[in-house]
Amino acid sequence: MTDLIRSTAAELAAKIASREVSAVEVAQAHLDRIAEVDGAVNAFLHVDTEGALKAARKVDDDIAAGAHVGPLAGVPIALKDVLTTEGVPTTVGSKILEGWIPPYDATVTRRLKEAGVVVLGKTNMDEFAMGSSTENSAYGPTRNPWDLDRIPGGSGGGSAAALAAFEAPLSIGTDTGGSIRQPGAVTGTVGVKPTYGGVSRYGLVAFSSSLDQAGPCARTVLDAALLHEVIAGYDPMDSTSINAPVPPVVAAAREGANGDLSGVRVGVVTQFSGEGYQAGVLRSFEAAVAQLKQLGAEIVEVSCPSFDYALPAYYLIAPSEASSNLARFDAMRYGIRVGDDGTRSAEEVMSLTREAGFGPEVKRRIMIGTYALSSGYYDAYYGSAQKVRTLISRDFDAAFATVDVLVSPTTPTTAFPIGERTGDPMAMYKADLCTIPANLAGNAAMSVPSGLSDEDGLPVGLQIMAPALQDHRMYRVAAAYEVARDAALGATVISGVPQLAGAR
Amino acid sequence: MTSVHELMDYAEVIERFDPVLGLEVHVELHTNTKMFCGCANVFGGEPNTQVCPVCLGMPGALPAVNGTAVESAIRIGLALNCEIAEWCRFARKNYFYPDMPKNFQTSQYDEPIAFNGFLDVTLDDGSLFRVEIERAHMEEDTGKSLHVGGSDGRIHGAEHSLLDYNRAGVPLIEIVTKMIPGTGERAPEVARAYVTALRDLLKALDVSDVRMDQGSLRCDANVSLSPKTTGELGTRTETKNVNSLRSVERAVRFEMTRQAAVLANGGSVTQETRHFDESTGSTSPGRKKETAEDYRYFPEPDLVPIAPSREWVEELRGTLPELPWERRKRVQEEWSLTDAELRDLVNAGAVDLVAATVEAGATPAEARSWWVAYLTKEANARGVELAELGITPAQIARVVGLVNAGELTNKLAREVVTGVLEGEGEPEAVIEARGLKVVSDDSALEKAVDEALAAQPDVAAKIRDGKVAAAGAIVGAVMKATKGQADAKRVRELIIARCS
Ligand SMILES: [Zn+2]
Repeated sequence: MTDLIRSTAAELAAKIASREVSAVEVAQAHLDRIAEVDGAVNAFLHVDTEGALKAARKVDDDIAAGAHVGPLAGVPIALKDVLTTEGVPTTVGSKILEGWIPPYDATVTRRLKEAGVVVLGKTNMDEFAMGSSTENSAYGPTRNPWDLDRIPGGSGGGSAAALAAFEAPLSIGTDTGGSIRQPGAVTGTVGVKPTYGGVSRYGLVAFSSSLDQAGPCARTVLDAALLHEVIAGYDPMDSTSINAPVPPVVAAAREGANGDLSGVRVGVVTQFSGEGYQAGVLRSFEAAVAQLKQLGAEIVEVSCPSFDYALPAYYLIAPSEASSNLARFDAMRYGIRVGDDGTRSAEEVMSLTREAGFGPEVKRRIMIGTYALSSGYYDAYYGSAQKVRTLISRDFDAAFATVDVLVSPTTPTTAFPIGERTGDPMAMYKADLCTIPANLAGNAAMSVPSGLSDEDGLPVGLQIMAPALQDHRMYRVAAAYEVARDAALGATVISGVPQLAGAR
Repeated sequence: MTSVHELMDYAEVIERFDPVLGLEVHVELHTNTKMFCGCANVFGGEPNTQVCPVCLGMPGALPAVNGTAVESAIRIGLALNCEIAEWCRFARKNYFYPDMPKNFQTSQYDEPIAFNGFLDVTLDDGSLFRVEIERAHMEEDTGKSLHVGGSDGRIHGAEHSLLDYNRAGVPLIEIVTKMIPGTGERAPEVARAYVTALRDLLKALDVSDVRMDQGSLRCDANVSLSPKTTGELGTRTETKNVNSLRSVERAVRFEMTRQAAVLANGGSVTQETRHFDESTGSTSPGRKKETAEDYRYFPEPDLVPIAPSREWVEELRGTLPELPWERRKRVQEEWSLTDAELRDLVNAGAVDLVAATVEAGATPAEARSWWVAYLTKEANARGVELAELGITPAQIARVVGLVNAGELTNKLAREVVTGVLEGEGEPEAVIEARGLKVVSDDSALEKAVDEALAAQPDVAAKIRDGKVAAAGAIVGAVMKATKGQADAKRVRELIIARCS
């Protein structure tokens, strides 16, 4: 059993396809693991035992019947609770959607089901994906399997923690300002934000439409690539999805695993170091860059001066769009309804429901966004932020004219203690300092573990960024680096996760 | 709540003020599907049956633009002589209302698809008035609230409200005029004529049902008064719920007389939305808002910009049908109509019907005489539009043909048409059922003639003496005896033959 939960998705898929193990056994092993450890981790908001076993049985039947199945058929997955799942609760980590059972599947959900991937359940997250620690969940924080007193990152802390706790070999996250990559970094897992438009947003409960992007989370680069190809591709239901072939990320990951990066030009973003960066994080990053050089990559320093304005621009654009996207939660058609006692007007019930249903961070952002869009302030705030966005895109364009990929630390620090930053929004926001530019420009970016920080023994992430629709470039570099890193460490990073209480 | 208005005499209004109009018309397109989802776009239907996650604003659902709606918007823009944007976006208009699923309306703001056009409007005396068009833009309709328990269906005093989202997401085109000055006393007429012209245009384009009674064409009338002494622009009011062509005219006229009285008494006009009451012909203030609404428009991030290529725009220009005013000019020439005859035809809304009747075989004069003279009266009596009267141009043409063939008299023909209007089926079926054939059997007629001559021997004697004019009295008696089903000409021939 331990073997099954510690296996990679690629290994599990091969064993299931060759009927060495059944998909039902694999699903059951993970359901058992969840039952054992999730009381301590709180990665899951909802476990769909029945649905998972039914889906697994179907895969087993198909294989027994000799049907052709996809490359991840029978492999279990955990879905961030921001993706709709027909018949299975979806809360987005918010009280306001408590009890809502969506009548439809998100495109990502549908594609996973069609590929025979077995959905175990829905993972915890910061409410409406607003946060960097999963402490903003209305259903209690998720804990980092590396140290249960620390945060697992956010907003997709549940999806990252589920991987690090061996509750699932794969998960789906969404990344608006770093919500896939930063949790990946602080849990020692791989997290990918594909090119904006690369994966359909249909059925992804919107936080900030122009920034949100769903992507794969896994414990290895190859697993992330395999999952990427299952969920990616044009979707007519999402007007912003790109009608172009999916970048060949699996082939790139396999090519990278050969360990040769000669001819690849890697740019180190000079803006992402110095004050506010933990020394151990910077040392881990420097070691990673040195390893890339050893693999044959050419290393150059690249300056992207507009990146300094990314954080403030993000905190105008994302709340502005959120203030409008979250307006639909009005107690009329779904979710909770407060104060409807027959004496109050619809407006009063709406107001009471939103007061009770939204948490403080969500309210803060709705207010910031409402203010930034209001007449007389629009040009100064939303308008200026959009100009910054253009400048950031230009910095990326200039950089990618000379290098193939850019690298930086994923986040300035390792996992911080639960509660440390809850009273200081600015400190919390700085966790996304390095990840936000790629959201604003819409290009691809990922985080791959770069070992542990030498001062606290906690995971550090290496961020690799690639131009739009060149996602395969970063997969190649990440896969090569992963092999070299494990060789140098003599083990995988994830194997260092401590035994969890309650686990056998 | 009813308020008593002080109104100024209309002639005095015109003496002291220049009215300035602005008209906003919302048109529901009759595309097969809604603006941003695949739901059927059909009027009526059980509440909340034409809905899906997208038009219900479910969490996670996203819009996808209906290409046919964009095409219709461009064609409308071209017919209104507008420029078509090379690149434009949708925007979100943010405000909370229960019948709006997302609590924002996906609309267009500062980048409309069509702008800077005009529409030449024919007034009652046949003269033309040019109305400048500011813009035509695309948006989605809201759902409908049904307020239950109140006195008049409005939200005030209602006990509860029901929501129907079938209409939510139906494609709308909003057409906004520039300020219309210079109408003088004809302001109400110009307003009506503009909406009429727009309705005819949209019908010719076949983009909408343009049924004001069903809300597929909705007009908001902005009215302000500028004092002749100062020439300064006045404060405008926006009157909603104007649901018929006649109401457009009445609402404008009412607002002019109301605002003039307010100004004459030293008061000032409040900038507000007003509600037109069909039964009283008056307007009353809408719901008061404590603060000015700030819609916080911003570009819709869920949709990509629309950039119609010039080739496509020209291709669509090629699909424009003959427009109503071009058609009018053509039929006037073809049918040799005087200006007055054309005006009667247009005012009766009968151009298309007459044309179709001519196409089915009648002469223009025959077709006009039926539609403009007889059927218009019938439509008015029944309170319906001419086109909804329940008789087709083809049926009228067949009746005309039967008259020309001598099988029906004019009187019988009218009876046949009445039968069709009463729902008795095709003209032939009415003739059969009511026994309306002309009596053409000479032996039956001869018998009736002999009886009539025998009943009036003195008249018969006169005829025998060569006073043929006296035959009229016998013809009348025979027609009476045959209940009008005889051909009067044949009867006369038989009388003269009998008396010679
Ligand atoms: Zn729909």
